[in-house]
Amino acid sequence: MRAISVKFGLCILSFFVLMAIFAPLISPYDPSAILENDTFAPSAQHWFGTDDLGRDIFSRAVYGSRISLTVGIVAVFIAVLIGTLMGALAGYFGGWTDNLIMRFVDVMLAFPSIFLILAIQAMLTPNIYNVMIVIGLTSWMGVARLVRGEYLKIRELSYVEAAKAIGCSPARIIFRHILPNAMGPIIVAGTLGMAGAILTESSLSFLGMGVQPPMASWGNMLMDAQAYLLDAPWMAVIPGMLIFLTVLSLYFVGEGLREVVGEG
Amino acid sequence: MKSFVLKRLLQSIPILLGVSLLSFFIMHLAPGDPTALFTDPNVNPTELARIRSNWGLDKPIIVQYFYWLGNALRGNFGSSYMTGMPVVTEILERLPATLLLMITSFIITLMITIPLGVISAVKKGKWFDNAVTVFSFAGMATPSFWLGLMLMLLFSVKLGWLPAVGMYDPLAKDGWMVRCLDLMRHMILPVTTMTLLSLTGLTRYQRAAMLEVLNQDFIRTARAKGLPERIVIFKHALRNALIPIVTILGLSLPDLFGGAFIIETIFAWPGMGRLGVMAIFQRNYPLIMGIVMLSAVLIVLGNLLADIAYAWVDPRIRYGKGDEG
Repeated sequence: MRAISVKFGLCILSFFVLMAIFAPLISPYDPSAILENDTFAPSAQHWFGTDDLGRDIFSRAVYGSRISLTVGIVAVFIAVLIGTLMGALAGYFGGWTDNLIMRFVDVMLAFPSIFLILAIQAMLTPNIYNVMIVIGLTSWMGVARLVRGEYLKIRELSYVEAAKAIGCSPARIIFRHILPNAMGPIIVAGTLGMAGAILTESSLSFLGMGVQPPMASWGNMLMDAQAYLLDAPWMAVIPGMLIFLTVLSLYFVGEGLREVVGEG
Repeated sequence: MKSFVLKRLLQSIPILLGVSLLSFFIMHLAPGDPTALFTDPNVNPTELARIRSNWGLDKPIIVQYFYWLGNALRGNFGSSYMTGMPVVTEILERLPATLLLMITSFIITLMITIPLGVISAVKKGKWFDNAVTVFSFAGMATPSFWLGLMLMLLFSVKLGWLPAVGMYDPLAKDGWMVRCLDLMRHMILPVTTMTLLSLTGLTRYQRAAMLEVLNQDFIRTARAKGLPERIVIFKHALRNALIPIVTILGLSLPDLFGGAFIIETIFAWPGMGRLGVMAIFQRNYPLIMGIVMLSAVLIVLGNLLADIAYAWVDPRIRYGKGDEG
């Protein structure tokens, strides 16, 4: 069961990654070109149909994978970076450093995060760079808690004591000695976090506060679809399926990694 | 216990202050101010200056913040820029609709998730467990707004069974029963969307918690004593497996609120979430602050309640002697 789901996840994921890399070769049309003067259902000519402006949905979907994956990767990178740093400092030093950082985490967790992200997006100009940064800045708390826990555990081990005894600087112990041993759970959290980031990007773009048209993202394709639910349901079905498959495969891979890392 | 509650209440004060400070400064990050959005470009500059000074927008941000804080502590959250109504009134008008959705789906979620997680754990590795696992992952991977759209597409657009948006049918006949039924029909889609979303993650937790308990010695003892399996599962195991779930429930409150913002927007549900999204689009500062603060208070209180419930379900946990992690 597990093995199957991990393989399935990896297959789908590599498929989407290849699709994103080779988007110009795969997509039959320019994603922003207005090709038809009407909205057409899926056909041999337009595999996924055309949207309200007569653009080819298949081409848009292919290019959309670039956006979703990039946003996912960059946002998670930011979140893991901040989370690891905060968690490591809190866990290693303890005391007031720990208290200060963890209270800040509490503050961040007391926001309904989507509302916070929406507010920041509305105040800045919503565009793809801000989307990545804002999602990263608002989703590091889980990683911080996790890393803190790991550091609390690891700092008591005798090899850390030995490192202290031979006079290693705290920075060296934190990054060179402890971090590699805390990497497993961080990678798992990163994989699952990427799934979350992709979902958040799609909600933001759906509400019109994410990736802006004419750039195609799966989320903003769904925003366009909402108004044509009655006449062009295919516009809503396909981008959603793509988000679903990407996120699902990330969850599968993340859970598989969790098993390898060995926590539960 | 009492001192624990008191301590936690005191701890939540800096958290709420932090939330208010952070959101206030985030809002004022933006260049320009809200007057730019909803005044006629032709309005004369002196008039504009008068509006700005009325709203206190001409003062330094830090002064504005303390001015806001001073008023907020006295229960005055200012007036909405759009309607001129007090923010508190405007939110309180919308809050019941949101709570109705949230509480209904919360109860339904609990009613489904606990048995599902328990059976899944008991039947570990069997087809039922596998089906539940696949279903949970599928649920976690589905974007809430898309699920909402698909349900709307199927049940309102294609089948025409349920109303797609809103809370009441304006044409509904008078009469208590008719109104109630009408409301329930409008609730089905948003509540289903919310429930399916929170259900899936929780079921995984419930299953994991149950599996852990089932592996413990006292369960083996109970079985060895010859107790019926039903009693072992539901009396001995479940009580212990509920403990982690209580915490997860508390921690999932922000997600529940986040979900409300999106779900209310899709289904045009006249609640606080939709009000909040609109307030953001209109840069309605006082209203945004009011909603952020109310959500934060509810989230902090929810976590506190979860901790108290934690002690209540698990007699081994007794708070009070500086025992916090």
